[in-house]
Amino acid sequence: MSGIFGTLAAAVIACAALALAGYAAPNWLVLIATLAFSKGLVALGIVALMRGGLVSFGQGTFYCAGAYAAGMAMRSFEINDAALLVALGAVAGLILGVIIAPLLAGYRGIFFATLTLALSMIVYGILNKTYSLGGSDGLNLHAPSFFGYRPAASENASYALFLFTSLTTVIAAAMCRIHFDSVRGLLSHAARDNEIRVEYLGASVRWINGVNFAIAAALGGIGGALSALSLGHIDPDFAFWTTSGEFVFLAILSGYVSVTAVFVAAVLVELGRSYSSQYFPNTWQGALGVFLLLIILFLPGGLGSLALRLRVSRAKPEPAPAETLK
Amino acid sequence: MKLAAAILIDGVIDASWLFIVAVGLTLVFGVLNILNFAHGSLFAVGAYAAASAVGWYYGGGLGPPFLGYLLMFGAALAVALILGPLMERGVLRFFYRRDEVVLVLVTYALFLILEDATKLIWGTESYYASEPYALLGNVSFFGLSYVGYDFALIGLAVVTGFLLWFGLNRTISGKIVLAVIHDRDISRAMGVNVTRVFAFAFTLGVFLAALGGAFTAPKISVQPGIGITVILLSFAVVVIGGLGSVEGAAIAALFVGFARAAAIHLVPWAELFIVYLVMALVLAFRPEGLFQRASARKI
Amino acid sequence: MTALLETIGLQKAFGAVIAASDISVAVEQGEKLGLIGNNGAGKTTFINIVTGHLKPDAGCVMLDGKDITGRAPRQVRRDGVSRSFQIPQLFTSLTLDQNLLLALAILREEGMSSWQPSRSDARMAEVDDLLDRFRLRPYREQTVAVLPGGVRKLVDVAMAVTQRPKLLLLDEPTSGVAVEEKFPLMDVIMRAIERTDTTVLFVEHDMDIVGRYADRVLAFYAGRIIADGEPGTVLSNEEVQRYVTGGAT
Repeated sequence: MSGIFGTLAAAVIACAALALAGYAAPNWLVLIATLAFSKGLVALGIVALMRGGLVSFGQGTFYCAGAYAAGMAMRSFEINDAALLVALGAVAGLILGVIIAPLLAGYRGIFFATLTLALSMIVYGILNKTYSLGGSDGLNLHAPSFFGYRPAASENASYALFLFTSLTTVIAAAMCRIHFDSVRGLLSHAARDNEIRVEYLGASVRWINGVNFAIAAALGGIGGALSALSLGHIDPDFAFWTTSGEFVFLAILSGYVSVTAVFVAAVLVELGRSYSSQYFPNTWQGALGVFLLLIILFLPGGLGSLALRLRVSRAKPEPAPAETLK
Repeated sequence: MKLAAAILIDGVIDASWLFIVAVGLTLVFGVLNILNFAHGSLFAVGAYAAASAVGWYYGGGLGPPFLGYLLMFGAALAVALILGPLMERGVLRFFYRRDEVVLVLVTYALFLILEDATKLIWGTESYYASEPYALLGNVSFFGLSYVGYDFALIGLAVVTGFLLWFGLNRTISGKIVLAVIHDRDISRAMGVNVTRVFAFAFTLGVFLAALGGAFTAPKISVQPGIGITVILLSFAVVVIGGLGSVEGAAIAALFVGFARAAAIHLVPWAELFIVYLVMALVLAFRPEGLFQRASARKI
Repeated sequence: MTALLETIGLQKAFGAVIAASDISVAVEQGEKLGLIGNNGAGKTTFINIVTGHLKPDAGCVMLDGKDITGRAPRQVRRDGVSRSFQIPQLFTSLTLDQNLLLALAILREEGMSSWQPSRSDARMAEVDDLLDRFRLRPYREQTVAVLPGGVRKLVDVAMAVTQRPKLLLLDEPTSGVAVEEKFPLMDVIMRAIERTDTTVLFVEHDMDIVGRYADRVLAFYAGRIIADGEPGTVLSNEEVQRYVTGGAT
């Protein structure tokens, strides 16, 4: 059980560290980190799927579902509590995920990738024409409250949202880490390697993929709700292929050895994006493409595998990182 | 009745450019076992290249109007000869031995790069290449007016399909390509230069995408974003038709063309949804598409 | 006494190739059955049908009196059938002990936890025991992808044996194994299952193995069973010699 205690201990330390860091950091960095963590959560969902061998290019669907669920709750039902809004986002994502999973359960590889992409674009197209949800302009949200506390100054609001996002992120990340280390987590790896053997041993690959898909959908919904609160605005672009593609990029950049790497990567990418949008607005996608190729060529295990190489002398190694993207 | 005729005719016209593009995608898959995500961008590059060429040619009044078509063809050829080898020899071949998922990511990366490259070269405004579109006059069917160009496009699709079929099935080079499609390792063992077949097949795929783009350019406004629509539509066509099948691509293009035309006339906001619904229905009955490839047993 | 496994009139054709033609076999509990035949005779097809990988065109498969025809491999596994493969089917990016660990964890329903760490002491003890019995200890931490072919075969068979099945189907267990290792491998397998009186069907091309380990032999040819009986009798059968072992003039 030491694995679980270790993860929980790390989670507590992470929370404390983030709280302190957020307090000391300048406001612009806090805002970036908040948004980065929300996106990191969606990428974490893709990592969960990737461990089973599937890559979803359409997580924007759930990101969007979570965001619009939070948005509608705030505007139509006057729900302002951040925790409730995020929970609604998670539920929205999860319900959508559970509905869609059986449709996609039989597909792998490029099929699964392109079908999820198509789904994301279909949602985008429908939202664009749904004027009751704001059409292509989307919806605006006002600042949320946190368990009754309604921050006055905007800096306090950013910090409060950062703390809330960090807490949610750490909890989600810890739960994922525990799941990845469990038997079911190992089974995802196995399903990726050899579905036939998994079935012949008596386990169901459909079920494994379905659970991973539901996890990814819920995380997507949470990320979407958090982003909505962070940006104060949602629109159909949340489901556009470029958004979905960025989550994939994040997942590949971080690799699936380390959960922490996902959020480190997210912050780096978010910093990169704000720099790029100031100086090179038309090359962001292309830059991501070039980096993606470089990562696949030179660091197939993602950033997480770098961390693993530092740890390898101490602990028992996980499945060799070189195999992760082979 | 008029609506039905409109859907039918629009569907066939749509199916034409869809076939040209999708058959390139399915061919690349058949030979290299790669479903090229960047195929839609290659369509876009073809469209932009043709639009530029046309703009330069007609803008300068440089010669007889019908030569513009040759120029469009040339633009597609240029795109293929430059980008085909560049992409296949320059990038893809380093990843042939890797996992399927990796190849998806690689072609996706190429897609991203091409999308921004087009923006860098041609900017973000729309291009129009309407002169070739007007050259062939108008035709009337059932009281509906159509542009002659669209019917010429149907002709182009038929000719392309026939040439491909003939090339693959009746020429020696074609049969070599078919052999590689069936089993590349055995082909290699029999002395076939599989590397060259790969390069050729990929370049041909690029050419077909660019050709589709070049000859669709006069009908549309060429702008950023057409790439993603095209890859999503051609993917549906390829999946419905069966991966690697030329005949399948033809029939599937008609399916998708009709579905799209029906959607555009009746429920325009659900156009992509209808296409994928059709795909889902076909897959429910024929999980590997209309024309399935025979596959060897695994265990 | 009901036979443990009974197939009645199995038919299977792949286009013009007849892989199974009226295959009717009854196997009693505890029998050790050798399946012989040339390539393409239908032995693996038989196994594929029994385990649910293929649906027969006609006929049925009864396990312990229960009709399991057409049930998915996953369900057939839970019914008590386990199999090893001609080409080892392993989790190539995982280590050897992780492969065995998974086989054991899936077996026990309570091993399928979403939060318990995969490596528990109890489970690792069982894995150690398996590693020793199959003499795989030196390889335990290695990734399966780098293991030599014969070792992978061993792992494949070990994973099938861990399932403590009522019926164990081995598809060419000693192919790819070095000649001097074939008998020891079969000894290990037979010893591993003797306590539980598992019924074993094994496909083999090596007639020495068949002669030594089988109580009964089925000879396949072109989808049909051409001989069924004691090893000595079957192996000296004229048709068998002509079509399978190549002994007759």
